[in-house]
Amino acid sequence: MTQERKFKIGKPILEVKNISLSFGGVKAITDTSFDVLEHEVRAIIGPNGAGKSSMLNCINGIYKPQQGTVSFKGKEIPNITPNIMAQMGLSRTFQNLALFKRMSVLDNILVGRKLHTKTNFLEVAFQLPKVKKEEKLNRDRSEEIVSFLEIEDIKDTPVGKLPYGLQKKVELGRALATDSSIILLDEPMAGMNVEEKRDMCRFILKVNDELGTTMVLIEHDMGVVMDISDRVVVLDYGKVIGDGTPDEVRSNQKVIDAYLGVEH
Amino acid sequence: MKPVFMTYTKKDLINLAVCMVLSVFVIPTFITTEYWYTSILIPWLCLALATIGQQIVMGYTGQLALGAAGFMAAGAFAMFNLILRVPDLGFVGSLIVSGLIAAAFGILFGLPSLKVRGIYLMVATLASQFFIIWMIDKFGWFKNYDSSGIITAQDIVILGKPFTTPLAMYFVCLAVTTVLTLLAMNMARGSTGRNWMAVRDMDIAAESMGVSLLRTKVQAFAISAFYCGVAGALFAFCYLKSLEPVAFDIKLSFKILFMCILGGLGTINGAFIGAAFILLFPVLLNAIGNNVFHGAIDATIISSIEQVIFGGLMIIFMIYEPLGMAKLWENIKQKWKTKIPSSTNIKSSLSKKT
Repeated sequence: MTQERKFKIGKPILEVKNISLSFGGVKAITDTSFDVLEHEVRAIIGPNGAGKSSMLNCINGIYKPQQGTVSFKGKEIPNITPNIMAQMGLSRTFQNLALFKRMSVLDNILVGRKLHTKTNFLEVAFQLPKVKKEEKLNRDRSEEIVSFLEIEDIKDTPVGKLPYGLQKKVELGRALATDSSIILLDEPMAGMNVEEKRDMCRFILKVNDELGTTMVLIEHDMGVVMDISDRVVVLDYGKVIGDGTPDEVRSNQKVIDAYLGVEH
Repeated sequence: MKPVFMTYTKKDLINLAVCMVLSVFVIPTFITTEYWYTSILIPWLCLALATIGQQIVMGYTGQLALGAAGFMAAGAFAMFNLILRVPDLGFVGSLIVSGLIAAAFGILFGLPSLKVRGIYLMVATLASQFFIIWMIDKFGWFKNYDSSGIITAQDIVILGKPFTTPLAMYFVCLAVTTVLTLLAMNMARGSTGRNWMAVRDMDIAAESMGVSLLRTKVQAFAISAFYCGVAGALFAFCYLKSLEPVAFDIKLSFKILFMCILGGLGTINGAFIGAAFILLFPVLLNAIGNNVFHGAIDATIISSIEQVIFGGLMIIFMIYEPLGMAKLWENIKQKWKTKIPSSTNIKSSLSKKT
């Protein structure tokens, strides 16, 4: 992380303020606030059940928090839905893979181009010239992403038939295809072997470096997190217990306790 | 496979050309018995069209809907009233408008799909089936206050020319079905179809990619109802030649559902295969009963056997090939190809060894 970056880390692009979320009596997140700066790689870590995925789901609008606000690009968003966030330029991947299983890899990535598709179904039915033009643009961009992720040889395979590691890659590709300014990655490296993990890290950094896409990722593997992220926020029992650069977080006593356990 | 024209690949165009030659030249020259047109080919085309409608909402968008016959009834009676009351529209114009009227019903009854899914949605869409039939029965206006219950359909006149012979009606059905099938293929393969399938496979992810669930589902219901409506109009005017709500009862909805599932969910050609199978199978059974057993088996038993075999096949397909006969056909072709490798393949494998 020493070389000069093409995209300098800028102002906060995403701000989460005092979010509280509970399911019935179970509190998943309690009064959590943090921010994400433009063009940075931000990691959210924490032990199992710390509320990391719930946090992403709140940002993305899948869950509605009982309290707190999410501001994106300087605007507070009152009624968050996944659709509104997508239109504003926020894309994501899912923890348990949410791919379109019966569709091919390329088609999955093409769905990511939805917001760059303006033609309606009648125009598509009659294949008007502008549909062909738009389809070509979208296909070209998707092919670019396919070759960027080095998955050219499987692009026509139905996603459901692919191994887990490749599916994770396709999901990243689909999120990339939206050309969003920020991508939330929910455990992009879970269940991968060392080699696949290294590949994934390379892709995340490359995207961040070349396109300036802000990355927010949840990860279990501490080593990976410390290597690739600019700043880390640590959650435990739905609360922030540490926030700062990897080095700051590593030396934070609360974080060490949460991860290694503490004698009572 | 790169598309050559619109979304069709070279193979599609060849298939289309073969089908067209078969249906426009070969069938009319070799089949001269009226029975084949009035009882098999015309209903096959109409029901295949309705099955495409069912495919769009169920096979592509993954919404379990069971009201195809209701939309068909809406289309058929809309057609009757349009020809009766707005004669200036002409046959084709009326056909399109009756499709649109059915589509309006589709939007109305598609709305529950936003809140309920699966088997519950199926029950909710049954409302369309019962409501539309009830509405036509209840208000005499739709039947032009005809007391007999069965109204004769008007003659088909396109551009001043009557289309009343079975062969002429067959051509009308063929033309409409071909055009609408080609349009459906374009939609299914384009961005529209991708949105449908995204909603089918993982709706939450589709929403996160900016696909609006409301718009996509309602759109699929509307287009599906349009296809069913047009199919219903053709069914009434070319096949039944009469209009009665009873013809569009729940049994027909189930028939279309079976055609959709047996043919193969999420395929357009499956609609034609499924419709052909369900229509031809009873004919085949009857022929076997008459010719092999010389009428020794009672006709009622044959029709019961038919139900038993349909039921059995549904179960077998659901277990072993949920993607239906279209997929089965693909698999057979695939096996054929691997068993008999083309000469180039043999050459390349030989050169690899040496």
